[in-house]
Amino acid sequence: MAIKERMSGNEAVAFAMKQVNPDVMPAFPITPSTELPQFVSSYIANGEMDTEFIPVESEHSAMSAAIGAEAAGARTMTATSSAGMAYMWEMLYVAASNRLPIVMALVNRALSGPLNINCEHSDSMGARDSGWIQIYAEDNQEAYDNFIQAYRIAEHKDVMLPVMICQDGFIISHGVQNIELLEDEKVKNFVGEYNPRHYLLNADETLAVGPYAVSCYGMEAKRAQAQGMINAKQVILDVAAEYEQVSGRKYGLFEEYCLEDAEYAIVAIGSVCGTIKDAIDNLRAQGIKAGLLKVRVFRPFPGREMAQALRSCKSIAIMDRSESFSSQGGPLAAELSAALFQAKSQAEVIKIVYGLNGRDFTVEDGEKLFADLKNIVQNGSKETEEYRYIGVRE
Amino acid sequence: MNGLTEIRWHGRGGQGAKTAALLLADVAFSIGKYVQGFPEYGPERMGAPVTAYDRISDKNIRVHSNIYDPDFVVVVDDTLLKDVDVTSGLKKDGAILINTEKDKEEIIPLLNGYEGEVHVINARKVCKETLGKYFPNTPMLAAIVKISKVIQEDVFLKEMETSLKHKFAKKPEVLEGNMKALKLALQEVC
Repeated sequence: MAIKERMSGNEAVAFAMKQVNPDVMPAFPITPSTELPQFVSSYIANGEMDTEFIPVESEHSAMSAAIGAEAAGARTMTATSSAGMAYMWEMLYVAASNRLPIVMALVNRALSGPLNINCEHSDSMGARDSGWIQIYAEDNQEAYDNFIQAYRIAEHKDVMLPVMICQDGFIISHGVQNIELLEDEKVKNFVGEYNPRHYLLNADETLAVGPYAVSCYGMEAKRAQAQGMINAKQVILDVAAEYEQVSGRKYGLFEEYCLEDAEYAIVAIGSVCGTIKDAIDNLRAQGIKAGLLKVRVFRPFPGREMAQALRSCKSIAIMDRSESFSSQGGPLAAELSAALFQAKSQAEVIKIVYGLNGRDFTVEDGEKLFADLKNIVQNGSKETEEYRYIGVRE
Repeated sequence: MNGLTEIRWHGRGGQGAKTAALLLADVAFSIGKYVQGFPEYGPERMGAPVTAYDRISDKNIRVHSNIYDPDFVVVVDDTLLKDVDVTSGLKKDGAILINTEKDKEEIIPLLNGYEGEVHVINARKVCKETLGKYFPNTPMLAAIVKISKVIQEDVFLKEMETSLKHKFAKKPEVLEGNMKALKLALQEVC
């Protein structure tokens, strides 16, 4: 029987961390991180979990300590947000390229400036090429479920890569909502014991982690790392299928909402997807064929699969909650446009930047965007730029 | 209201508007409702205007935007009336609840011509008589429960007692004061 609760996203992920109970958690425990490490340290102080919590003096040190712990053979996690992850930057690459299956809970918040603490995806999107698997959530339930699935993906022998479990800052992390939790035993059985194949504290196998690679070896290491990311796609699906057996909740690389016969589609990531679903229900009641593709996994990028799912659409709006200053849209728009081009899609595409610095996006904004998509198809032309902002004062 | 009630709280940093919004979500959850309780984060400092929100529904809630057309508005501090357009978007068939020492007649002209129901409560008086300290969120919570009818009053009191008992297990005297404040607020709001 599922346990019915109400929790913030931070509380939900901290609870998942308690249930998974990894060996080590190095974390910088205060701002720019959220209250998440504080919740976990309370569980530890109360004896509810026996993770070794290492309060470090910076996020660079947090990721360095996580790398050390994971390389030693300990199941390791950390948590951070916005500028905290920016400060980990150098070590993010070290963790991924050394094939260390660390799991990080990331609360997506804006990077400065202007100085702002609200929701944006600029922190994780900036790290999209660091080699971490990235999984995003629409709400607290998904953040919880994603964290429980994370180690099974990260530690899989065909993957061996770190995973970032992302949730929208404040909107999800600090908003309280209903949630269904799994029993401790179910989580423990699902995640299982960690038995690393190669680790530094194994006296029977001497090992170097992170040595210098001259040019005649380095590229092979990168190629192998890329293969881990390619393999992750199937592993994520397999783990999700198994998780459905335990939880009754279905996950994939992305979610299709009313997409089967959709003529007009929005593609987006995170909490905005719930708002767009409400807009779609309103429009479907009027006979408008609107649909949503909600991206769950951004790394590895399921481009071909998404292009296939969008095949019936005449016009598509791709929404980014971060600006990449390419002058032609954000990261999701750029990568999905490329995938649509490869799939020879004839759909009209507009690239939307929204929600920066916590700017709100409403059901009405969603309905208006669908009206624009319909207009583009019916009038055969784009009234405004194909790369544009929603919700900004010009 | 299609089974969905939306409430917007206006307070000042340090008065507990966010806590009250989360408490209301908690109580509604305990009687089986779907809930959302969330603050809007601005500059975090004592005294700055703060907004918090509640959605209470019989169905799963998916929307993740702020609330622009609330059914109810709660104003925890009447000095906000001159700075913040508290009735913005407030539905005519809804209501506004204001913590003030003034009479309703003095308050109504400050509400930008709002045509719906106006309720006032002197939370300072309620707190003085029951808690001995000024924590306006406790009486405001009871008052909005009564006005919005999202929860039956007796059920609300029972749930609050259980929740406060748990929260203040080591301070039973706090429980008694808070329960008195809730009950008095239910009588005092007009």
